[in-house]
Formats: sequence, C-alpha cells, structure tokens
Amino acid sequence: MEKASASSWRRMEERYNLLANECKNCGAVYFPQRIVCRKCGRHTKMESRKLSGNGTVYSYTRTHSPADAFEEESPYLIGVIELDEGPRVEGHIVENGKEVTIGTKVRPVFRRMYADGEEGLIHYHFKFAPV
Amino acid sequence: MRDVAIVGIGLTRFGERWEHGLRELMAEAGVKALTDARIESKDVEIVYGSTMASGRFAGQEHVAALLADQMGLKNVPAVRIENACASGGSALRQGYLAVAGGIHDIVVVGGVEKMTDVTTAEATTALGGAGDQEWELAQGITFPGLYALMAKRHMHEYGTTEEQLASVAVKNHENASKNKYAQFRKKITIDDVLKSRVVSDPLKVFDCSPISDGAAVVVLAPLEKARQYNDTPITIAASSQASDTLRLAEREKLTEVKAAQIAASGAYRTAKVSPKDINLAEVHDCFTIAEIMAMEDLGFFEKGKAAKAIFEGETALNSRLSVNTSGGLKGCGHPVGATGIKQAVEVVMQLRGEAGERQVSNAEVGLTHNVGGSGATAVVHIMKRSN
Repeated sequence: MEKASASSWRRMEERYNLLANECKNCGAVYFPQRIVCRKCGRHTKMESRKLSGNGTVYSYTRTHSPADAFEEESPYLIGVIELDEGPRVEGHIVENGKEVTIGTKVRPVFRRMYADGEEGLIHYHFKFAPV
Repeated sequence: MRDVAIVGIGLTRFGERWEHGLRELMAEAGVKALTDARIESKDVEIVYGSTMASGRFAGQEHVAALLADQMGLKNVPAVRIENACASGGSALRQGYLAVAGGIHDIVVVGGVEKMTDVTTAEATTALGGAGDQEWELAQGITFPGLYALMAKRHMHEYGTTEEQLASVAVKNHENASKNKYAQFRKKITIDDVLKSRVVSDPLKVFDCSPISDGAAVVVLAPLEKARQYNDTPITIAASSQASDTLRLAEREKLTEVKAAQIAASGAYRTAKVSPKDINLAEVHDCFTIAEIMAMEDLGFFEKGKAAKAIFEGETALNSRLSVNTSGGLKGCGHPVGATGIKQAVEVVMQLRGEAGERQVSNAEVGLTHNVGGSGATAVVHIMKRSN
C-alpha cells in the first residue's frame, strides 16, 4: 500500500460524494469517473453526476492475507457492488452482524479506511452495509 | 513478415533461491540459452528484458541493461518490458515482432523476478500494483482478492466447486513433481488443498501460485537461418495480444478474461489451427480459478464446463490435452517477470522431445497463455515443430 496522501486527496471529492460522470452522448455512467467514454469513445459531453451508492452485491470475498496498510483490519470482507445507477465498483462491506451473499442489497456508509502510522493522516472511504 | 524460430532456451530452478540475487539468476539462464543456441555473444543484436516489479522486490530498476551486461552482451541495445504478470509474454512478442519484421536477426528475450527477499505483506502490496492502484489496491483489495471475487462469481453462475478448484493444484503439483526446475516437487491431494489456510475465500494457500525467484531466457532467429544455431528449431506460429480495463469490477463479466479470448482467437487465426489441434498448453494458473477460466477462454471447453473436465482428468499429462506440464505457476513457481518466458521454454522442451519424465507423447503444436493483472493484458503464442 502506498502511503500516497497526495493521490488520496486528489480523489477526495469524487470518493466522499460518490461523484460519477455520465456521457451525454450515449448515456453511459462511470464510477470512478472517466475522461473518455469507453462506450462511444467521445469526451466532449462528460458531466458529473452524484450516485445514491445503493446497490447489490455482485461478488464478495473475505481477505485473510492483507496488503501491509490493512494488516490491523484482517480479515475483512470486500465485494464488487453493482450500483443501482449501473456502474460496478469494488469496496469494503461492513456486515453489522448480517449475512452477506451474492444478491444482498447494500447502502453506502462513510468509514475510516486506514491511517498513515500513529500520527499520520487518516484516510476515509465509502464502504457498503447490508440494508 | 518472416517466420521466427526459438533456437535457444535457458532456465534456472524456480523457488526460494536465497543464495542468488537478480543478476546471478539472469546470468545463469542467459548463459544456458546462448550455449543451447550455439551462439556467440557478438551475434546478439538486441535484448528484451522483462520484470514486473524488480524495484519493489529488489530495489533495482533498469533491469534489461543489467541482463545484457550480466550475460556478457556488451553494448547491445536493451529494453525493459513491463506488463505485470504478462511481462514475459509481452517481451517475447516484442522479440518476435523485431525478427518477423526483418529489423533484427538474433534477439535475446529474458525475464526475471527476485521476490523472496521481501516480506509476504510487501510482496502482496507489490503484486497489487498489477491491478488498479487508486481503486483496488488503495482499498486493500489484494491480488488473490481479485481472483477470489472471480471465483465466487464463477461458482455462483456455473456451480464450480472448491474440490474442482483444488483439482487444478493437485494436477499441477503432480506435473511439477516430474520437473527438476520446479519449486514444488511434492504431490498433494484434494484434501491438502481444502485444509490449507484461507487466503481470500474461496481461495486457500494451495489455490495460489507461490512467491518465487527465477529467470528464463530464449534466443530467437529467423527460421531460414535457424538451423545454423539449432538442430530442432521451434517455430512461433502466432503471437497475439490484447488489453482490457485495469479495474476488474468494470469488466462485462467476472467469469472470463476477455483479453485472453481476443488474443486466442487472433492466434488461432494466424497459426491456422483450432483449439482441437493443440496438444499441450502452458496456461496462466496464478490461482486455480485462473486455469479454469483459461480453459474456457482458449476454447478448449465450453463456458462453465472446464472445472468438471479438469476434475475428471481431461487435462492431465498425456490425456487429450496436456495442460501445464511444467507444473504451471502453481507447481513450478511464479517469478512474475520470468513466467511468460518459462512457459515458452517448457513448450520448446516438449516440442523438441526433451521433457523427460513429463514428455507429452504427441507433442506437435503447443500454446502459451500469459495474463497480466486480473486480465488487463493477455498474450497467447502458438508454437510448432519446424518442418
């Protein structure tokens, strides 16, 4: 894990607010955002769009062998979430004592992700929780 | 376009090679390849060197020049090729293009990775860079995690079982037990796999390729001159490559590697063969699920049918199709930058009839399948005995 504060801050608005973008030429929605539309290849009408963050678990796994910044949290559940607006995104799943499987409906929650050491920056990120 | 042949091969033993650093590994494989090709170092015109993350694993970048230098090639142009776990296959393709296009005659392609000097967590982080740094790795989604997400979905859609996943590892360890270059020479059972520690469910330690040190080198020449260097040159009948989104979640399906399908169909078309003409294949089994998807993506089995076929032994050594006779990434080891080239070395050994205990009896046409990341790069080569 890079302790990459600059890149983390650069993407903050997009991550904290679940800001996707939509190609007004063909209607494709992207989260994370894209500069060039993968579907129609155009870039002239890409407009920002806020997502609900609600979606469905498309796949999931419990990771027991983490990358080094996540050693304290291990094991943790990650998933591919199919968002109601279309895009699929990877994210942590906070179980809150509920069973998670493919098809489980989830909503977004805002959580602490990890810290750069004891006195470093705390990184926050969206996660998903069963509805 | 000229026909291109492999006229020399060199391989180190894969595994934890504590006594050897990056340069010793490269020199060992390099000298073997030049000797095998009966070639003098002054005849080599260019070197393509592949490594995925030598900077992260060994603190060393600029590896192609180091490879050329350490194998005794003075002042030749040397170019590093990096495409994550498909670095080796990608470098081989660049070498192929240089010879096929008539730019160079004698080309050395070498790959290396020295992975065991760092901790497992550091290695996990370095390998995670094969995926999307900002949206996968930064969220703690590891490389086994990505393949676990694919496996879970494959199980959901096609009823693939953990026993079927395990059977891939059992087969590849069986083959590796017959390969002196392999990291693991010990046979394992389905039960051993199922009882091993969970890495990212459903994948356990024995579903995952290991962290390895090793190097592999091949020498290429135009086919018309190949017999000057080798009595049994092996023709590269096709070299094909494709890419896809770096991020797994964005792909249309998690149960296939579309780049591999595209690369494979291009390769079959160029080589004028179909999947049923292939006698042996070295495929990218970084995780057991990856070999199952490879069998489907390469057209050997219908979608959703490969897991059962592998479990029933249809891809065992000297069955209808022998898959990963070297032991694959799982059994032979996976020094990432070397893997794509090691696959070619194994196919050449088989087509020459030099594979000893693990020799495929009808080895006429072989295929290699090398995948980078969770499928953002795929490279397929088809090789034949030269007429």
